[in-house]
Amino acid sequence: MTMNHDADLLQDLPAVTEAELAVLRDRLAERADAEGVLDVAYRTLDTPVGTLLLAATGAGLVRVAYPVEGHDQVLQALAARVSPRILNAPRRLDPAAREIDEYFAGQRRTFDLPLDYRLATGFRRKVLSYLPVIGYGDTASYATVAAAVGSPRAFRAVGTACATNPLPVVLPCHRVIKSGGDLGRYRGGPAAKRLLLDLEAA
Amino acid sequence: MTTSRSAGPGRLPHVTPKTPFEAVVAEHGATVLRVCRAVLGPADADDAWSETFLAALKAYPRLPADANVEAWLVTIAHRKAIDVTRAAARRAVPVADVPEPPAAGPADGRDIDLAGALAALPRRQREAVAYHYLAGLPYQDVAAITGGSTDAARRAAADGIARLRKTYPGVVIPDGENS
Repeated sequence: MTMNHDADLLQDLPAVTEAELAVLRDRLAERADAEGVLDVAYRTLDTPVGTLLLAATGAGLVRVAYPVEGHDQVLQALAARVSPRILNAPRRLDPAAREIDEYFAGQRRTFDLPLDYRLATGFRRKVLSYLPVIGYGDTASYATVAAAVGSPRAFRAVGTACATNPLPVVLPCHRVIKSGGDLGRYRGGPAAKRLLLDLEAA
Repeated sequence: MTTSRSAGPGRLPHVTPKTPFEAVVAEHGATVLRVCRAVLGPADADDAWSETFLAALKAYPRLPADANVEAWLVTIAHRKAIDVTRAAARRAVPVADVPEPPAAGPADGRDIDLAGALAALPRRQREAVAYHYLAGLPYQDVAAITGGSTDAARRAAADGIARLRKTYPGVVIPDGENS
């Protein structure tokens, strides 16, 4: 087939390098953001609990994801639930990355970031909004949180809200544990929950 | 009831989820840049690439899930390349002394620079070669993008390749001319 032969001829054209593409991709992300068409910006961040995926809409940080969740699946879910206009665009995540870095360095106890709660609705959102009330280094039981949000019998729903927290670490669901002291479930796995609590106890 | 599991807000059945646009850039970015370079030359290709992907990002949510993404991107790139060419023509200032064209290469008239040889083709041939051979689009799609018939697109690509073979020696080094 001559097509392959003729296409081979064009192999001699100068190659497109990764570095050239990286420059163009950065420029695209910047322009998309400036023109208001970058619905979701994301980056990854290396931390003691693994490489976290951070994603933000124009309204604020919308998702923090652990490696066990599968970053590709998380981005795919964001495409379906928020918008497919998603780019790797670290700049929008600079403040979040800085604060999370400071937190893991033991230099930060509360987060001061605009948050987009759109991935949690109803009761789950109510629970998530309450979490920052549990201070750094403290813990609360599922039952305590249920009572605090006005539904004392809803401790299982509190557990679900924590297990599906779209903003772990930043919204401290790791501080919610079982009444007997058992750590309970965690989106990032039990080891990550232990590490966060130990960090805060230090 | 706050304790019951929420049914979820209007879950849509059978909607093929669209991949994040980042994946589209990762998959097609290099090919679209090669196409832009082939059609416009390296100087204007970056602009055309940027305009193409910005326009694509804007329109992406409305793209049908079963669309051929590469053909869609090349269609946008074709229009953006025309825009870039027009803008360059508007900017061009007439000069009194027209500079000599770059040296034509070896004395046998062959052009050792394939990109240069490609740039010397008529635009229609350049487009047909780029869209068919670099982007891998069938001639029917090439014709839909450039206008004209499928046969005309096939001829333009064939003529372009034939001309390139004449002007660009490729890997064939003529005997006894390695001085």
